[in-house]
Amino acid sequence: MARAVTTRRKTLTTALAWVVGLVIFFPILWTILTSFKTEAQAVANPPLFLNFDWTLENYAVVQERSNYMRFLWNSVILAGGSTILGILVAVPAAWSMAFVPSRRTKDILLWMLSTKMLPAVGVLYPIYLLFIRFGLLDSRAGLVMVLMLINLPIIVWMLYTYFREIPGEILEAARMDGATLREELLYILTPMAIPGIASTVLLNFILAWNEAFWTLNLTAVDAAPLTAFIASYSSPEGLFFAKLSAASTMAIAPILILGWFSQKQLVRGLTFGAVK
Amino acid sequence: MKLRSTFRAATALTLVSAAAVSAETITIATVNNGDMIRMQGYTDDFTEKTGHEVEWVTLEENVLRQRVTTDITTNGGQFDIMTIGMYETPIWGANDWLVPLDDLSEDYDVNDILPAMRAGLSHDDTLYAAPFYGESSMVMYRTDLMEEAGLEMPDAPTWQFIREAAAAMDDPENHVNGICLRGKAGWGEGGAFITVTGNSFGARWFDMDWNAQFDQPEWKEALTFFVNLMNDYGPEGYATNGFNENLSLFQQGKCGMWIDATVAASFVTNPEDSEVADSVGFALAPNSEGVEKRSNWLWAWALAIPAGTQKEDAAKEFIEWATSKDYIEMVAENEGWANVPPGARTSLYETPEYQEVPFADITLDSINAADPTDPTVDPVPYVGIQFVAIPEFAGIATQVSQEFSAVYAGQQSIDEALETAQAITNEAMEAAGYQ
Repeated sequence: MARAVTTRRKTLTTALAWVVGLVIFFPILWTILTSFKTEAQAVANPPLFLNFDWTLENYAVVQERSNYMRFLWNSVILAGGSTILGILVAVPAAWSMAFVPSRRTKDILLWMLSTKMLPAVGVLYPIYLLFIRFGLLDSRAGLVMVLMLINLPIIVWMLYTYFREIPGEILEAARMDGATLREELLYILTPMAIPGIASTVLLNFILAWNEAFWTLNLTAVDAAPLTAFIASYSSPEGLFFAKLSAASTMAIAPILILGWFSQKQLVRGLTFGAVK
Repeated sequence: MKLRSTFRAATALTLVSAAAVSAETITIATVNNGDMIRMQGYTDDFTEKTGHEVEWVTLEENVLRQRVTTDITTNGGQFDIMTIGMYETPIWGANDWLVPLDDLSEDYDVNDILPAMRAGLSHDDTLYAAPFYGESSMVMYRTDLMEEAGLEMPDAPTWQFIREAAAAMDDPENHVNGICLRGKAGWGEGGAFITVTGNSFGARWFDMDWNAQFDQPEWKEALTFFVNLMNDYGPEGYATNGFNENLSLFQQGKCGMWIDATVAASFVTNPEDSEVADSVGFALAPNSEGVEKRSNWLWAWALAIPAGTQKEDAAKEFIEWATSKDYIEMVAENEGWANVPPGARTSLYETPEYQEVPFADITLDSINAADPTDPTVDPVPYVGIQFVAIPEFAGIATQVSQEFSAVYAGQQSIDEALETAQAITNEAMEAAGYQ
């Protein structure tokens, strides 16, 4: 009897998970479908789901008008660069907070997180002026720094949570065996925290990839990533939804593929330590 | 002989080097409108003629505004040319943020620019941006439905006639709305439309002492008329409809009338996109009976040079190329006269081939009927028809239009919205030191 209830509950939970998943995925699916329609079909009312003449014309137009590869390359550099830099800074910071905490550690963590609550536009002018001063406008180096800094609180928090799950005694034992700090970090802590670090890397990469305030405001030509590519297809006077959808599909495709292949790692990392 | 060859070679080398030195790469920030995209396609022609290369930064309209405002106020120098509108130009010109375009070449023929456009893009009689295309607003209507309804659209209708026609054409069973108008929040969307509607009912944003006027009966009359008209004969959810949404509805035959930008005429009459392309008529934007001012606006997307640029000469060359008579002819030759950028030059409307375009005359009449220096029945201290050319307006009008959109969505009453609009506006104007 108990078994039957469990099966029914499982079926219901699975069905519910599918419904929620489909609802969340539907806008992306709709964008992909719209990218294969003509502009007239894209705004047809009632909307056309699958029964339309599929066309690749929008992709051809987008490809002809924009240098997609340049935007893609910039996105890879910005997301990758800021993630690597962020991890390099955050691992030692999270280590010290997790294993050598002070009285102020909790306050510092909260303070770091509070910077995420500041609306970005509030510091646009100071950052812009700094970028002018140091010649960083429209440069990948400048943007890597900014993206790293805005995501740093999240990286530190995530790593801190993962590190806290690792027993301090193991590190102590390593120290007793004569491991230096560098060896302790590199050969003991990092291998044990790999799942956590991997999911932090993935999440930070996705956050940096999708960031659309600083990447639009601090770039023009040379450092503009895929967010700028999408923005260039939004129009106040004219119906270009199909082309906008094609550009959006091209922009999200790489991150969707990355997410698909690394979903196990992501889920494992995000639920790490959730169940004891 | 040898000396002569050497001399020739040296001369050739010098010329090539000189060309290479003077050739620049200019960066242009622009919006993703049809005419702008078309211009990007012709960039090679400019490069061929001048040697200058062009880099385009295309952004969404509001992002573009924020982006270029940040750059220009901090002297960032990211852009050599920016696409700006009639709202920003006089304000930025007054602040010396733009390079004056007072030394354009004789061939360019600056006097050929339509007077209304030239006035709207100038400050103290100095031109600060060259219009790439200009627009007013007008009535676009279905001639077949109008005929079925037994009505005839006057050249210059009143709002009262528009309501009568909307009632006659409204056909919910066949999914045809009598009329489609903008209700979407935003100073340039629904905010612009309700402002010109207010003008045509005798309302105004401010009196001569910069006091808000939303507590006056003219505003209540205008807003009540608009809300009743749209609730009775407009599409469902019109509170979120802007230009693009209404364009889509009209092109699919779901609107009997649509009052909006004259630039839409080429979209709704294009058989490739519009199901009703062969049955569209045009008329001047309406006014309320007994009110002299009509509800047509004036707008231009124009090219301006920020004061911080290091490439002023190359930028001017581009502006002269892009807004010239030759450019218009080049587009006409390749893509037909209906696709040339409208509303900028007088000579375009004197071209016999262009006069055959069905919406040419009405566009010119609408533009000529708009006077940004005298937009309302009662005098006002500001310039601008669908906007008030002060820096604070965009913020205030966005908030006010949000209040009005809440009325369209049935979330609050007209009186509540007007009361809040009055308070928001007066508070902002007082804080800004106008009162």
